[in-house]
Amino acid sequence: MATQSITVTINGEAKSAEVEDRLLLVHLIRDNCGLTGTHIGCDTTHCGACTVLLDGTAVKSCTVFAVQANGREVTTIEGMVQNGDLHPLQAGFMEEHGLQCGFCTPGMIMASKALLDKNPNPTDDEIRWGISGNLCRCTGYMNIVKAVQYAANKLQETPAE
Amino acid sequence: MAEPRTSFEIGGMGHSVKRKEDPRFIRGQGNFIDDIVRPGMVYMDIVRSPYAHAKIKSINTEKALALPGVAAVITGETLKEYNLHMMPTLMSDTQMVLPVEKVCYQAQEVAAVVATDRYSAADGVELVEVEYEPLPVVIDPFKALEKDAPIIRDDKEGQDSNHIFHWESGDKEGTAQAFKDADVTVKQDIYLPRIHVASIETCGIISEFNSVTGQLTCWMTTQAPHAIRTVIALVAGHVGLQEDKIRVISPDIGGGFGGKVPIYPGYIIAIAASVVTGLPIKWIEDRRENLQADSFARDYHMKCEIAADKDGTMNALRIKTIADHGYADAACNPSKWPAGLFSICTGSYDFKNAFTEVDGVYTNKPPGGIAYRCSFRVTEAVHAIERMVDMLADDLDMDPAELRLKNFIPSSAFPYKSPMGWEYDSGNYEGALKLAMKKIGYDALLKEQKEKRERGELMGVGISSFTEVVGAGNSKDFDILGLKMFDSSEIRIHPTGKVTARFGTKSQGQGHETTYAQIIAEELGIPVADISIEEGDTDTAPYGLGTYASRSTPVAGAAGAMACRKIRNKAKKIAAHLLEVSEDDLEWEPGKFSVKGIPKKASTIQDVAFAAYTNHPQGMEAGLEAVSYYDPPNMTFPFGSYICVVDIDSGTGEVKIRRFVAVDDCGNIINPMIVEGQIHGGLTMGFAPAMLEEISYDEEGNMTGGSFMDYLVPTAVETPKWETDKTCTPSPHHPLGAKGVGESATVGAPAAIVNAVVDALSHLGVKHMEIPLTPEKVWRAINQKKAA
Repeated sequence: MATQSITVTINGEAKSAEVEDRLLLVHLIRDNCGLTGTHIGCDTTHCGACTVLLDGTAVKSCTVFAVQANGREVTTIEGMVQNGDLHPLQAGFMEEHGLQCGFCTPGMIMASKALLDKNPNPTDDEIRWGISGNLCRCTGYMNIVKAVQYAANKLQETPAE
Repeated sequence: MAEPRTSFEIGGMGHSVKRKEDPRFIRGQGNFIDDIVRPGMVYMDIVRSPYAHAKIKSINTEKALALPGVAAVITGETLKEYNLHMMPTLMSDTQMVLPVEKVCYQAQEVAAVVATDRYSAADGVELVEVEYEPLPVVIDPFKALEKDAPIIRDDKEGQDSNHIFHWESGDKEGTAQAFKDADVTVKQDIYLPRIHVASIETCGIISEFNSVTGQLTCWMTTQAPHAIRTVIALVAGHVGLQEDKIRVISPDIGGGFGGKVPIYPGYIIAIAASVVTGLPIKWIEDRRENLQADSFARDYHMKCEIAADKDGTMNALRIKTIADHGYADAACNPSKWPAGLFSICTGSYDFKNAFTEVDGVYTNKPPGGIAYRCSFRVTEAVHAIERMVDMLADDLDMDPAELRLKNFIPSSAFPYKSPMGWEYDSGNYEGALKLAMKKIGYDALLKEQKEKRERGELMGVGISSFTEVVGAGNSKDFDILGLKMFDSSEIRIHPTGKVTARFGTKSQGQGHETTYAQIIAEELGIPVADISIEEGDTDTAPYGLGTYASRSTPVAGAAGAMACRKIRNKAKKIAAHLLEVSEDDLEWEPGKFSVKGIPKKASTIQDVAFAAYTNHPQGMEAGLEAVSYYDPPNMTFPFGSYICVVDIDSGTGEVKIRRFVAVDDCGNIINPMIVEGQIHGGLTMGFAPAMLEEISYDEEGNMTGGSFMDYLVPTAVETPKWETDKTCTPSPHHPLGAKGVGESATVGAPAAIVNAVVDALSHLGVKHMEIPLTPEKVWRAINQKKAA
């Protein structure tokens, strides 16, 4: 099986690996780098549990080859805590009871991050569309919408640095 | 429920304490099965059958074994050497682990490949050559019961048909007489299709065997680790796996909903593979395998009849059901209840007569008959009765709310003995429905509907007033494979007043680490922050039957409260010793004992805990801990009334749920935030099968949708915005007055949605519709009636 040398910056840290061409990005993240916060729920791009940011865009890492991320920046759930502080989305999910089993949560938070980066002040319906690529079987989404609104409000309150 | 007895800092019952499990999940630090890595671990992948029924002529593993990285290929022949090719189901049926002679459903496990990594294992699967000879396939359970149908379970001695069991409940003759005497009878066939719980995490196992010590450790996605350990010991005891050397660890679980109760062949193959190869084996199923081969729910064909007087007094109910179990009865019901608790089908109504019978049937489909976030077939029962009440209302030209209010079991009648033999613990059905009607503005909606109909617009209002039966259960009536359905709690108060408590259940998202801590906080006045809850490790937790059927709070939660009360009894003796008074002179408030009339003379529970290890009375054993195995005296009966308003696009058949009001009553509430979250999730899992989800097969037994492309789990966009409210009618027999809530909404919601859609189309002559209510189905209903 053909392999390639790649370097991917994951959560600000450059990671180099010799990988098979067919290796999925999600397996690079989970198995090679040991960052197990990114989950696999369907293998077919439907559930969004594996959502990460690739150069700031939300992608489903089960449908991206690791070699496609070569030279690019990936942000996973483990990269959301900054200087020991929770990202407002993480705080929002806890405050608003936006998670139950916690399996979809990392992907949901990453998809919401991409949404708020583009649309800092979304309506409830815009949030629902924004996370419509991510399935949650536990919460019924009501509190996830509230969690994203919580984060949007907090981010609006915080002056840009 | 009254105001909380404890302060927010203590966080007992009634406080919306933030969940103790959340900090790890929001950081991506959960510990799910696929996150666990063991030294030297290899991966397993499974070869599956493309046929629904076929003889296996040969399996050639040579090419797979020649592939670099492949360590072993396990077949039915390999397992047969150890007599491990068959296993019991939880219903005392049998099921193949791997086939030796034939396969009986599409996607059945045929062989397993063990390799150094996931990719090589998958490559190996492609190289296993299996030669099949197709056999006649039976998919329709009615055809399966015909005389000339091919016998699927010809491996079972004496099995000369595809009939599995007959079960009945109620008074057959009395009910027949009531139907003869009735003014009005209404009949309807109702089908609840196959669906799948589709938790976002699939199933998996890591099995590690030490041939020197004989120790087997299995990390696995199970809702019932203790029962699974016992089953492993029963299945594999003859090859030397003994229960004291088996450790089952259920790590964080990414949703269960009933789908992680059964023992799947993949688990047993992985265990066998780890014993055969001596290597730690990881098997994680993919979504296709999960949907195609894991236990399904429902698949109930129900013939329903209701008998009533002209004034709407409901007299009798009769339901005859064909239950399609697929290749094996792999349901997870209590042993004496092959059709689960379906006999709750008289619901919230005071029927004098009722009779139900259920026949289980084998077909060439995956085995199962498990729950879908529901207590053993309660959703099927609720759907039947709530549809029939609406059909009767339509027949009598009565308002469905009025008909319900007329026939509800009155709140003065509890404890109420149902004609099926249940003793309902408590209820106030009228209160819940009236609150729901008020909240949604029922009368105004009926007026609006009348106006819209005149304009040709389609709008409907649907009600479901359900009663559940959960919290299995008393040991006289409830066991699984003989294991009585008690549950357990072991609580240790450490010298510094902090607590470690272990339970026999296993959370899959319900928030046990928080809820159980709140029960202990309520009972002992120790802050939630000082209490650690552990579950899921058979080496450390006390034996229990696990989490399903809304039984954690009713049974294990009660065990927690009872263990706390034992601790409090001992604590009182220690406090009397510390305060140098008699026990009779002490009074308790959460967190401390004080001397009656001298509130300042007090000993906190933390003082007592320290003394239990440093200054306990002479003659008393040291320590402050207790175990309780709780055997509930009865089931609990949560209930509620839901009202749904739909608007239907007559051009496309699309149904839009405009409003959905859910009034639930689960007795006393431990954490209101968690309860509301459970209801939101439950409502969404009621909406899903009502509107979207179905697993279907073509005549050759091919599943017609085995991925999330076809199996439509609702997204945030389709999911309605739920409006919740509650009444509170405590359970009189539960130590905390709680009833359980995880499944109520899944059970109650589908009927409200269907009733609303049928109501919207009733003036066109539509009497009934089967779920899922796809736009196509609704469009056809509108247009066929128009054409006729």
